[in-house]
Amino acid sequence: MANKKTINTVTADHRPPSAVVGQPSFIKATLAIIHKDLAAEFRSRELLTAMLTFSVLVILIFNFALDLNIDVRQKVTAGVLWTTFAFAGTLGLNRSMAVEKDRGCMDGLLLAPVDRSAIFFGKAISNLAFMLIVEAIVLPLYAFFYNETRIFKLEFIAVLLLGSIGYISVGTILSAMSVQTRTRELLLPILLFPIVVPVLIASVLASGAIINDMSLPQIMTPLNLLIVYDIIFIAVSFMFFDFIVEE
Amino acid sequence: MIQVTKLTKRFGLKTILRGLDFQVQPGEFVALLGPNGAGKTTFLRILSSLSRPTLGKVIVAGHALPNESSQVRAKLGVVSHLPLLYPELTAEENLQFYARMYGITNYQSRITEVLQLIGLENRRKDLVRTFSRGMSQRLAIGRAILHQPQVILFDEPYTGLDQDASEMLDEVLKEIASHGRTVVMTSHDLIRAEALATRFDVLSRGVITASINKNDLKNNLMDFYKQALAN
Repeated sequence: MANKKTINTVTADHRPPSAVVGQPSFIKATLAIIHKDLAAEFRSRELLTAMLTFSVLVILIFNFALDLNIDVRQKVTAGVLWTTFAFAGTLGLNRSMAVEKDRGCMDGLLLAPVDRSAIFFGKAISNLAFMLIVEAIVLPLYAFFYNETRIFKLEFIAVLLLGSIGYISVGTILSAMSVQTRTRELLLPILLFPIVVPVLIASVLASGAIINDMSLPQIMTPLNLLIVYDIIFIAVSFMFFDFIVEE
Repeated sequence: MIQVTKLTKRFGLKTILRGLDFQVQPGEFVALLGPNGAGKTTFLRILSSLSRPTLGKVIVAGHALPNESSQVRAKLGVVSHLPLLYPELTAEENLQFYARMYGITNYQSRITEVLQLIGLENRRKDLVRTFSRGMSQRLAIGRAILHQPQVILFDEPYTGLDQDASEMLDEVLKEIASHGRTVVMTSHDLIRAEALATRFDVLSRGVITASINKNDLKNNLMDFYKQALAN
């Protein structure tokens, strides 16, 4: 009963002249979502901890499982890294959208008078940031365990960025779809991996070509493919997000 | 303020709302009563643009749904039994986030006012995950009124609240209603609905089966409700 005293019955529900409600801009709404996701994650560290732990375990397992002579190492690096990032990415995507769904926050986002593609871009950029943070930590670890420093080439980093963009743009829209089902943890990888195969193949080919010091034309073919897929996946996700999140 | 004509909502072969008609005048506080599965939540989700009508016409605050959903959302506040809040953010950070999503400029003073209204100004820096269910629900109301909506929809706001928290929520709802806002609230708590609302509608099997103003209520609301369901 003592709590009742905390209610301020003085009329406080009148908008002061300083608090003006306007049309929220697309960019401001996107930035608000990114800021909210990063602030919540850096406080809880649930998502990053899970993704990082999983990634480190995978590269350790591969390290013990593979015969690491120089020849093999060159051949497997791109595959090992992309396998690690792809599976760790699904953990992050699932968790990122589950946070919105479980406490009804997705409804809170959808109730805001913003273009719903701003929600997609906000969530996608947050997810991309988490994936890039994991990659930034895993790459030095990989270099240490596998004695492989060519993964720090600028071209390799650029492919990593492009591949992550393609993966996350499809993953964000599919996680928005799968989170509405009871079997979301199972459904997301089942939906995601067949669709994202072109991005992963192009990423592995381009990364492998860079590590193996192949000629520019050999690198450009998968790289062009990766850029095209990125554009297509972002455009399709942008167009269909509204339909997917609506009941 | 709200005008719904022959609203039908189907999920696959299942029809939830069957040609429902519903009007609310500005400043009215309507309690929408009905048994579980009557379609109350589905109806509120359509009014709040979270779900599309299968058939029928829905106008909220002068804008038609679903075509003008963005304009409707700008004039609408929604409180459901879920708080729609982020547990890892503080009360203030949650309100700041929603203020930015609603395009509120200079929102700091407005947030302070809202926190005072809901009695949480002393907990503004605390994480929402440390809040009780009652405090979360009050903050959810703060979130819903932050942008000064013309229409507020409450979907079972008392769910899971103990007696003290429910009484506090009563105070907040009375305060909100006293400012001439249009309110639609679904509830199973007839005593609270009778104390707060100015009109009572009974939704059963997808249609409004009875409607009465508080002044026209002869006996208590329970009798009216039972009779409406029996008919």
